[in-house]
Amino acid sequence: MPNTEELQDLVVQVRRDILRMVHKVNSGHPGGSLGCTEFFVALYNEIMDLKEGFDMDGKDEDLFFLSNGHISPVFYSVLARRGYFPVEELDTFRLIDSRLQGHPTTHEGLPGIRVASGSLGQGMSVAIGAALAKKLNGDDHLVFSLHGDGELQEGQNWEAIMYAAGNKVDNLIATVDRNGQQIDGATEEVLPLGDVADKFRAFGWDVMHIENGNDLDQVIAGLKEAKSRTGKGKPVCIVMTTEMGNGVDFMMHTHAWHGKAPNDEQLANALSQNPETLGDY
Amino acid sequence: MTKYTDQGKQDTRSGYGAGMTELGRTNPNVVALCADLVGSLKIETFIAENPERFFQVGIAEANMMGIAAGLTIGGKIPFASSFANFATGRVYDQIRQSIAYSDKNVKICASHAGLTLGEDGATHQILEDIGLMKMLPGMTVINPCDFNQTKAATIAIAEHHGPVYLRFGRPKVANFTPVDQKFEIGKAVMLNEGTDVTIIATGHLVWEALLAAESLENQGISAEVINIHTIKPLDEKAILDSVKKTGCVVTAEEHNYLGGLGESVARTLTMHHPVPQEFVATYDTFGESGTPEQLMEKYGLNNKAIEKAVLRVLKRI
Repeated sequence: MPNTEELQDLVVQVRRDILRMVHKVNSGHPGGSLGCTEFFVALYNEIMDLKEGFDMDGKDEDLFFLSNGHISPVFYSVLARRGYFPVEELDTFRLIDSRLQGHPTTHEGLPGIRVASGSLGQGMSVAIGAALAKKLNGDDHLVFSLHGDGELQEGQNWEAIMYAAGNKVDNLIATVDRNGQQIDGATEEVLPLGDVADKFRAFGWDVMHIENGNDLDQVIAGLKEAKSRTGKGKPVCIVMTTEMGNGVDFMMHTHAWHGKAPNDEQLANALSQNPETLGDY
Repeated sequence: MTKYTDQGKQDTRSGYGAGMTELGRTNPNVVALCADLVGSLKIETFIAENPERFFQVGIAEANMMGIAAGLTIGGKIPFASSFANFATGRVYDQIRQSIAYSDKNVKICASHAGLTLGEDGATHQILEDIGLMKMLPGMTVINPCDFNQTKAATIAIAEHHGPVYLRFGRPKVANFTPVDQKFEIGKAVMLNEGTDVTIIATGHLVWEALLAAESLENQGISAEVINIHTIKPLDEKAILDSVKKTGCVVTAEEHNYLGGLGESVARTLTMHHPVPQEFVATYDTFGESGTPEQLMEKYGLNNKAIEKAVLRVLKRI
């Protein structure tokens, strides 16, 4: 396992990847991607038990499903830097004939992706299905998923949340990125979510918090704690507070950068706040 | 004319149930999901014999489609079942993104398709599902005609890798195809060779087409009858070979004329061999309450309607 300092370098490099990817095509979703960088880096480099290479069935390894597919930049960067595909391919993000579609898909055969996401609210159901398949196969590995907080406004989530608790899907760790922002503004203004943790708890989940999802040590500790709570009859929910746009001062404390790319000047500024560590693609 | 015998009326949904029973015994990767309609889908035996391979999701069809997609990751072959309306229109985007676009090996199995569930009325009937499903890239669409064929189709789609929409119904209808038939996805079945007109039918309308052909024969009209159980991929060769001989065609289906089998046939003809065509189908309408027989009569979906359509199309040659 890499040490925390190496992972912190990776965090900064992934932020650079995200910014450069969305800048090049003047589109994509940097805000949520930057906010979840620590989570992805921790998950793929410290938490999940992964096999070498990629196969769709993913037997005998942990699985991850990204439900809020619009934060594809962070997903692609972390997958590439974990060795799923060449880092240089990040340069094709959102371009014609690329495997790195605007939102993740299996359709182009990109290693690391097991289901398409983008149309929101569908990922938890898929993660539950994969977790049930693991149980049927006698595979004691775990299934992780990530969901935007605004995404919880989609009703399918609550069908899935009810199902997972009612059927004791206790090999599932669903994390909610509680950044409090969505396209049209603050979640509590667009459609109030209230206390997300209370809602999951009321449905029968084991709920825990990561108070600062942009603190790598906290994220690693929280995910390890979540792993220790699996296998006890309840699905595990992590409500993870993050700052959208984290790591770039002018992208924080606003929903403005949810789905907007920086211009040349803004990119230079943002990159100067995240100096190159492991090498740009 | 080739003679077909009704071996005793049965519902096609029970053919699905019988197919699932057999799959439960022969294919350990097959799993079943249902959204609070176990009795209607006739899968009690599968559940009793394989309780660990059945997932009751409750009245939550969107979640069911997503769970089915997830179960394929790990090698399972999920059969997700509900009424045709709730298994297609209600969950179109879940099927589109999590199943079709994600290339997932999910079998969507839908009972109570068309008008013939009867008294429940239009909220529970659907006449748009073939169109919805055939529009999805990579989706196979199958509408078998009787109990035996539905059972055979259910077993066959487990061996086919990729998403499938299997459509069947509630009423007891003639069971006339061979009990030991080999079901080939995408392969039309020639039921009666004829020379004057081609009748291309699917689902419950296939038996009605045979009845119509018998009546037409008594009037001196030789009707070729083709059972198209697979609407996508469509057996274009079988269709074209027939119409090159007869020069006209009637399509018959328990579905809207927009988006159904008839339109697929029309596209094939337009591209390769244009001939006059008449559509036995519903005409851009919702259904309503009534007995299945009353509805098929009122909406023009029985052997009499097919016969009339043949007489119309013959005048257009």
